Amino acid sequence: MKTKTVINTIILAAALLFGFAAASHAKLNVVATTPDFGAIAREIGGDLVQVNVLAKPTEDSHFVDAKPSYIVKLAHTDVLIEGGAELEMGWLPPLIGGARNSKIELGRPGRVRCAEGLVLLEVPTTLDRSMGDIHAMGNPHFMTDPVNARHAAERVGAVFSTVDPQNAATYRERLAAFTKRLDEKLAVWQKQLEPFKDRRVVAYHNSWPYFANRFGIKINLFLEPKPGIPPTPAHLADMVTRMKTERIGVILVEPYQNRKTAEKVSAETGAAIVDFAQYPGGVKGTEGGYIELMNYLVNTLAMALKNSGVSKEQKQ
Amino acid sequence: MKLRCHFVLAIILLVPLLSPGADEGQQTNMVEEIKQLRLRTEALEKKLSDTKPVALSLGSVSAGSSYMNASFDVLFNAGWSSTPDTKEIQPGCHDPSQRGFSIRNAELALDGAVDPYFKAFANIVFMTDFEEETQLELEEAYALSSSLPYGLQAKAGRFYAEFGRQNTQHPHTWSFVDQPLVLNRMFGEDGLRQNGVRLSWLAPTPNFTELTLGVFNGQGGDAFSFRYTGEADTNGVDRLYGRATTARNLDGLGDFLFVPCLASAFDLTDSQTLVLGASAALGPNDTGKDTYTMIYGVDTYWKWKPANAEAGWPFVTWQTEALARNFEAGADETAGLPSETLCDWGLYSQVQWGFIRCWTAGLRGEYVTGNTSASTEANEERATTTRVSPNVTWYPTEFSKIRLQYNHDWREYAQDADAVWLQLEFMLGAHAAHKF
Repeated sequence: MKTKTVINTIILAAALLFGFAAASHAKLNVVATTPDFGAIAREIGGDLVQVNVLAKPTEDSHFVDAKPSYIVKLAHTDVLIEGGAELEMGWLPPLIGGARNSKIELGRPGRVRCAEGLVLLEVPTTLDRSMGDIHAMGNPHFMTDPVNARHAAERVGAVFSTVDPQNAATYRERLAAFTKRLDEKLAVWQKQLEPFKDRRVVAYHNSWPYFANRFGIKINLFLEPKPGIPPTPAHLADMVTRMKTERIGVILVEPYQNRKTAEKVSAETGAAIVDFAQYPGGVKGTEGGYIELMNYLVNTLAMALKNSGVSKEQKQ
Repeated sequence: MKLRCHFVLAIILLVPLLSPGADEGQQTNMVEEIKQLRLRTEALEKKLSDTKPVALSLGSVSAGSSYMNASFDVLFNAGWSSTPDTKEIQPGCHDPSQRGFSIRNAELALDGAVDPYFKAFANIVFMTDFEEETQLELEEAYALSSSLPYGLQAKAGRFYAEFGRQNTQHPHTWSFVDQPLVLNRMFGEDGLRQNGVRLSWLAPTPNFTELTLGVFNGQGGDAFSFRYTGEADTNGVDRLYGRATTARNLDGLGDFLFVPCLASAFDLTDSQTLVLGASAALGPNDTGKDTYTMIYGVDTYWKWKPANAEAGWPFVTWQTEALARNFEAGADETAGLPSETLCDWGLYSQVQWGFIRCWTAGLRGEYVTGNTSASTEANEERATTTRVSPNVTWYPTEFSKIRLQYNHDWREYAQDADAVWLQLEFMLGAHAAHKF
């Protein structure tokens, strides 16, 4: 009798344990290298996925520490979403090497490289590091264009459906809902920035060519003399002169960039500093997701351009 | 020619005339068929869009996606030491080796995927000696498995043993221009580096825990405390710690060098990470028939980097390694030496502070000591030394750096020594990203 009870207890415990194990594995495990991909994954996956993001939204995504805890996250993931355009080159390879997870090997469905199928801007004709920190495949900050984000969402949706076919219908629905919302918002955003077409804006680092292209803004002057090279006094002096003569009134600064440098330039030119971020959560109020981030970017930029005086009409 | 044209024309004209002639039923059949085909196409398209993204490759060739990454990295030293024989105080193979200029590490590093099963890494080092002759060394050349199950990973070839923290690191990633004294004393001038195999296991724990076991030949100067015969005396007899040595062969499994290592990491906060490690190196030595060496080590590494760091700055790191060795020295009756156990221990602790973008300041303290031996040579080689080294480094980019370092040594059997070194690093090509 006693042994029977013990056996029953063991069976019950085992069943519970397996039940828990099954429950904890019911969700699709997803790792995103940066928070923009993480936000897209949450949009498409909803409650069906557990998303872990490696880089913090305020972090310089070129220089993320390859922390051992990230290896553990990658070891247990079903899907890895990365840009795949060299942004993560300095830290992702040793993490993947350490993770020993065949699901996220190159060429497997679980490895999503969002840059695939996109035409990247600024592909260098020669690879010469005297030009600063250049990326052989082109500028890797492609997610700042909502059309590219749509592409990423479609890829993520397709991969979720492949890896977790049981829930494919839900993923498809959520993807359709997201892209519909995104398309609608894009039309609004374009209208909002329409009046400022061809206006010039200064950025700290060359992170915004895709955003600029999509919305017809010129973001092609930088506080960094060359990509990845810290601002020098001579270059900043040159920038101040150019900003004054061209009456440029906006400087875009990201959370990790040196705000003091931008403040100095702002003090001399009267230009407004606008807090920009590539990643949801990088600036307060953008934690909600990709659309919330874009909303914030477009709103604040439109506001800053409006307040900075020279409107299109005055210029002509 | 003309006739054929007429014929074609006739057919073209006839077709529309003929088709109304086809019976009604056939037409509805065709419409139905087209409808069916359209549905099938739609279904197929849907299916296709679901499975589309698998393995499209990126078109352009780049550093991260080529068959092999190659880089060439040079450490160029300039400086002065108070001792005319710099080697006395800078015994490391890649340390600045002389007053004036020296190049002790110009490494050609190659890495890439071999096939779906192996990755490979090779490191070929060039250095100039006192006569400015070039020495060449196959420092590392190994294959790493990429598809073993159960969190396992195998490594085979020639490589630095996974012991503690700095032993596996290449000189250009060090925070100081020279090798810590304690690593030099335990592992010789170039660290513990051997032909062998190692298996590592990533434990299925919530925090990072990795267990590795290396098995090596354990012979020669790169396994200094193990099957190493030492240097020849004036009579041509190989000696280590005063004792005549005999090169012993591998006679069984017990003659190999075993290096187990455990590393665990903890994210204390979002901006702080702590890595703890414990290692051992166990194998026979050449001073006797059944003499054995046991080295134990513990290491800690702590890093703070805020969530809004720019290009990796600011940061603070604190790294400490402590090692202890029991070296069973055999008896040498002709030299009048009994069998005895040489006990040594030492540690270094270093802090690096990246105080402003591109700049770091560092401070390292070191201590090594050993018990008194019957052999004068052993006592001199294992003398108590304390060293303090402040340094400052400027990193123009991640591909170059300029470092200024000062060393002050308090030595047991000799005068205090000072050294000042200026080191320039420059790197060409695409180098593999480094571990945490």
